[in-house]
Amino acid sequence: MALSHSSVDAEAAARLVAFGMRPKQLPARDVVYGDLVRRYGEDNAFKALTHAVAAGLGLMVLEVNQQAGAVLAATDESVFEIKMDSYARQAKIRERRETEKVLHGLIHLATAALGYPRPDDLANDTYIGRVSVEQVDAMVREAARMLDERAAVAEANNDPLADAPELEQAWRAYTRRPAAAATKDGRLAADTTRGMVSRALRFLADQGFLVPVSDEQGGTYRTTPRYQIQVRELAADAAFDDLLALDVVAVATAGGTLRAAASDTL
Amino acid sequence: MTGLADEGLTRRLKALACTAPLHDLDARKAKLDWADATIYQMAEIALHTIDQVTIAMDFDTGAGHDEVIDRLLPFIAQQAPSRMPEEHVRVAKWVLDNLINVGTTDRGFRRVYGSIGPGGYQRRQFDFKLLVELAARDGEVYLRATDEAINVLVGALDTDVESAQIAAEVKLENLINRGRLADAKLAAEQARYRTVQYGETLRAKLDATRRDVRSVDWEREVPELLDSALSHIEARFRAENAILKNITTARDETEDLDRKRRAAELVDIVGDCIRRHTRLQSRLADAGAVFRAEQDRQQFSGPPQRATLDLFGQLLVPTLGLPLADAVAPVEHFFHAAAGITAPVVPSLSSLVSLLLRPAPERDQLVGEIPEPELMPAEVSDKFGDDVWRRADELLDLPEVPRRLSGLLEEARRSRQPGLAALVALRAVHAYSPGVGAARRQGDRSVLLAVDDGTLLDDPEFGGADLLLSTASVERADEEEEVA
Repeated sequence: MALSHSSVDAEAAARLVAFGMRPKQLPARDVVYGDLVRRYGEDNAFKALTHAVAAGLGLMVLEVNQQAGAVLAATDESVFEIKMDSYARQAKIRERRETEKVLHGLIHLATAALGYPRPDDLANDTYIGRVSVEQVDAMVREAARMLDERAAVAEANNDPLADAPELEQAWRAYTRRPAAAATKDGRLAADTTRGMVSRALRFLADQGFLVPVSDEQGGTYRTTPRYQIQVRELAADAAFDDLLALDVVAVATAGGTLRAAASDTL
Repeated sequence: MTGLADEGLTRRLKALACTAPLHDLDARKAKLDWADATIYQMAEIALHTIDQVTIAMDFDTGAGHDEVIDRLLPFIAQQAPSRMPEEHVRVAKWVLDNLINVGTTDRGFRRVYGSIGPGGYQRRQFDFKLLVELAARDGEVYLRATDEAINVLVGALDTDVESAQIAAEVKLENLINRGRLADAKLAAEQARYRTVQYGETLRAKLDATRRDVRSVDWEREVPELLDSALSHIEARFRAENAILKNITTARDETEDLDRKRRAAELVDIVGDCIRRHTRLQSRLADAGAVFRAEQDRQQFSGPPQRATLDLFGQLLVPTLGLPLADAVAPVEHFFHAAAGITAPVVPSLSSLVSLLLRPAPERDQLVGEIPEPELMPAEVSDKFGDDVWRRADELLDLPEVPRRLSGLLEEARRSRQPGLAALVALRAVHAYSPGVGAARRQGDRSVLLAVDDGTLLDDPEFGGADLLLSTASVERADEEEEVA
């Protein structure tokens, strides 16, 4: 079958992609955007054309809907991708680079985990999560404490080996880093975990994934539908595949960590 | 059984490691360049610092930096009353900074210890902190003492909090009955540290509950914990009220002033313990309400409507458990996918021009106005002018025949330049100990040498030896090598 697109169609599809590159613009606030989103939903040929335009630019269309608009992701080596290296590079690096990267990555992971604490929250399109700097940091530290207790129960001495620092577990590196430190001008020191968390949340807010709500708890934000799609459709699976490959996750335990399920019987 | 790790040994090694930063302070105090700090007993000040932080700790906050330094000053001043108060402040800050270990990324300490395990002898790292900085809800940074620090402080390493507390109470009662107030004070103070430590353990548990209901076992673990904490408080109340009554009587009845004072101190300490218990108890009473409120907020959700991942349990926790080297890949992929996209910034030529022409943005929200410094004109420090130096150079250029200082001085006076004779004399004296090494490093061609052959200088202005002066050329090894 030979689909014929006019140049007007191509322009409209490209415009929809362009709207998707402006994460803070929403279909509800822009008539043209809203029309394009509706057309994407109704017109299959237009949908295919949009996907093609995005693919040509090195982008993937994750979802297009009225709440989130066009949600795009960069394919590998695309000019639009954000590399971890460039994100972590801005931080002062005195320690080993890898540690820094892992800490930043863990914070992003924790932000998503706090924004969508239960599997259902991630699946439910109407769910809006709340995150704050204090809570993100506290959650990682709490998880680290659980792992520490688990290690203590196992009675194995798992202090890291002095001559193989790369084998140190990630949670140890996180707990070692101070949460806050006093600076001369009273701001948050950038290399503390809270400094890193607040940077991550500001970054996500700039990307249209979070919306600032208040300054409480070091900065409180709510999640946007766009972030939910990004995490659900792409990010969670990307990381999960790696964990599967490392054989540290049993698929069968899905939902098992959710203690809330047990208390239904109370 | 030699293959098994000796846990007692490991524990003692770790306990020993915790004291190392304190010894380190005394070892390094002589090297401080801003004061002669050898007069201060740094380890004592450090212990006192940890004391102050520990005492100021309660549920919500710890001690502020300035508060701790203020409390330290009287103690430091006693060690060196002759020194300036500014120096005392500086010493206090130095000790505090070193206990936090400011300057390292992790702000902690690390000691390597060995352990014998299944893999033979292995060196392991023990990371610990003494004082940590935490952010309060209002954004202020305050200090808390860690468990390690409290253990170092009370000298009761590797003991069970609960049993140690009871032991201290028994000891205290005994001591008071026998009238030994000095020992009783010590035991009472120890009891107070135990109380703080106990409160700290509970605080961590309650905090975790408030943050994330799912991470705490509310069916068994927490109720048990609350129960034991409550019965603990009950027992302590009884014991401490009895002790309080006892020493209050001792305070009021004794004639001896010193004993009266010590008993009064004891009353204060035990009173403080009771206050702490009261606070702990009110927290325990609130815990249930906190749980119910959090449950309402977090609990209710239906079964997942489509297959998704449990981000916390299936991604975050396993990743935290990975070694750093393995954790890079999953977090990097997650970040890559969750960070979204960015449009590469490529300014067009026209917008670049306007970008460059735009006036610099006002940045007054970052720093206040920069005060205009009042500069004093620099004092002219050169005693001798340029031409005096040049003339002296000419006079002291003596490549072949050495000359006497007296002759040079005479010649200098003849030239009638004010100060020339003085400069020549000064440089002659300086040349008595020629900087040959420096001249070599700087690549100078020659260096002025002065030799004393015993002749006395007969001069109206200057006294001393009539030095023989000569210019020696400097051989330069590297140059010779180049030539060769």
